[in-house]
Amino acid sequence: MTLHALPRRPADSEADAISTADPTGADAPLTRLSGWGRYPVVEGHEALSENLERITGGAALTRGLGRSYGDASLPAPGHNHVAGSVLADRVLAFDPDTGIVRAEAGCPLWRLNRIFLPRGFFTPVTPGTHYVTLGGMVAADVHGKSHHVDGCFGEHVTRLKMRVADGRILECSDDEERDLFRATLGGMGLTGHILEVEFRLRRIPTPWIWQESERTADFDSTLERLRAGSQQWPMTVCWADFLISGPRAGRGLVMVGRWAEPGEAPTTPPRFRHAPSVPPLFPSWFLQPWMMRIFNWLIYVKHGARVRRGIVHPETFFYPLDVVRNWNRIYGPRGFTQYQCVLPTSGDNGRHHRFLARLHELNAPVFLCVPKDCGPEGKGMLSFPKPGVSYALDLPVTAQTQALVDALNEFVIAEGGRVYLAKDAFTRAEHFRAMEPRLDAWKRVRRQWDPHGTLRSAQSVRVFGDTP
Amino acid sequence: MKVVFLGATRGMGRALARAMAQRGDQLFLLGRDPEELARSAQDLEVIAGSGKVEGAFCDLLRPETFAPALDQAAQALGSFDTVVITAGLFATQEQLEVDAALRGELLTADFTNTIQFCEEARQRLLAGGGGTLCVFSSVAGERGRKPVILYGAAKAGLSCYLEGLDHKFRAQGLRTICVKPGFVKTGMTAGLKPPPFAAEPDDVATAVLKAIDRGRPEVYVPGIWRWVMLAIRNLPRAVMRRIAF
Repeated sequence: MTLHALPRRPADSEADAISTADPTGADAPLTRLSGWGRYPVVEGHEALSENLERITGGAALTRGLGRSYGDASLPAPGHNHVAGSVLADRVLAFDPDTGIVRAEAGCPLWRLNRIFLPRGFFTPVTPGTHYVTLGGMVAADVHGKSHHVDGCFGEHVTRLKMRVADGRILECSDDEERDLFRATLGGMGLTGHILEVEFRLRRIPTPWIWQESERTADFDSTLERLRAGSQQWPMTVCWADFLISGPRAGRGLVMVGRWAEPGEAPTTPPRFRHAPSVPPLFPSWFLQPWMMRIFNWLIYVKHGARVRRGIVHPETFFYPLDVVRNWNRIYGPRGFTQYQCVLPTSGDNGRHHRFLARLHELNAPVFLCVPKDCGPEGKGMLSFPKPGVSYALDLPVTAQTQALVDALNEFVIAEGGRVYLAKDAFTRAEHFRAMEPRLDAWKRVRRQWDPHGTLRSAQSVRVFGDTP
Repeated sequence: MKVVFLGATRGMGRALARAMAQRGDQLFLLGRDPEELARSAQDLEVIAGSGKVEGAFCDLLRPETFAPALDQAAQALGSFDTVVITAGLFATQEQLEVDAALRGELLTADFTNTIQFCEEARQRLLAGGGGTLCVFSSVAGERGRKPVILYGAAKAGLSCYLEGLDHKFRAQGLRTICVKPGFVKTGMTAGLKPPPFAAEPDDVATAVLKAIDRGRPEVYVPGIWRWVMLAIRNLPRAVMRRIAF
């Protein structure tokens, strides 16, 4: 832009007049904070401002839309001043030739999608909800339906602007402060406050999706169809029924897709719909396994035996659960957790059958199960995916959840897998250490940039053993 | 529309400016922080997809900056037919009761200077044959209430001025729109606990844009506040004195 005769603002008192209405960490009210799973709930001061640089000054952590499921975005005990990035949501630059876009860290993905989809650009990697911020996508190094070809979000990030623990503001990339850059991808916001994110959007032929979906009769065919789908399709995911037992256990739907070509898609861009909100009226006992069994059966039967093909709305394909906001409320005030682990590739399906059998042994109330095959490990030093199959399991929080997660973690360790911190609320420090050989290298970089342990979260205390 | 916008960098102003850029309105931004103006201009340029968004210095606490800023806007846009003011100061009643300097600034910015700016804008719009003057007041100005006495007083004066302006000049083509937001989740209200019916800035933007297009002189957002305030305005004094609202 061109600015006409803009004198620098004089450093007088009037410049600060508005700060009374714009709390920094010091006077943000004490509120109850929780992640998407609504467990755990922690008290903290969340400072919100359009000016992220200012509020990150004294904060122990920056959080975005709070879409991580567990305690990754929650303040640590004794360090309860955190910065909230959601008001810092501006797009700062876009180059249509390269697709490179730069935005403030609080910019939500849905906003970018609605700006760029109609113009033929889309993020190469999207998680299963668009109610996430760019800063959160970097911190969790999110993956999506295209992980087997595109890797994590971090592979497409070109630069970050950060405030590091000593207060300095700097830029990092693969060429500049590379260690910091790679430790920040998947570093759960613990290496510094992410202020701005620059990444590469991908050109798409149309803003519509060609989708095919198929029903599978058992767990073996689910895994087989998923693998076969990923050989040919850029985007795959499935849904599996883990509540049902016997030979049909693990049956489900396999969905594959690609961006539609101009000839087959509607000529008009997709209309964006307003999502209604679930009211906070559900008690914790509301959702019962028998209801989920019926729900799973309905989904399975409704699909029908034939292969379904056709054009679908991109939001229907990528964000099926975003059709209602606050759907986490149906689990009631006790909340739920998502256990997501990746089991490495092996010659046969033995490892996956053992996982399913273990879940049944443990009587795990797996209300929703989303398997997805993963491609190679990315450059993020602590990123979750690695070659194999990832399982995301939604479990209501009960008195038995800790024991269940412990048992599952022991299984995952024995099989050489690991869990996803963005979903986690229960993993013990010793279990995480046992699944994560890269942890020490990451901790070294973190210590180098934050020797006094200024930055921390409830999760870093629990999982990385940060001392209070 | 060709819009001069004071306050587009934050909160409801940011959301409204985006909605305007999205549908192809031409914008010129006024504000007191050059860096903030530049960042918002970039955001709006990307949203618009084409064209430049320019800006100029204007400080609601310095009335001498008003005329030059509007002249620069006229020069950059060719001419303009819409002026939007979302800028303003906010502080809690407790802060204003103890801090005389802050009180003076807030009353000056939200009442005297906003009206001074409107007068400059009015003259220019009328000289061009009319247009739209859209100003953000508040439901706080509907009745003297304990939690917002001073802020509410400034906004009550502003609302009164805007209504009079609309009565006098509508026949000459100048449509004055007084926006009365209830609680909206922005940086301005970040330290306060949201009451029921708290709105998002994007909801406000949609409602205000519709009112501008239709020339409706008064907008409550969210709409339910029209009925809430109707009830509040008609409460007897004895009741008003006893409640904390």
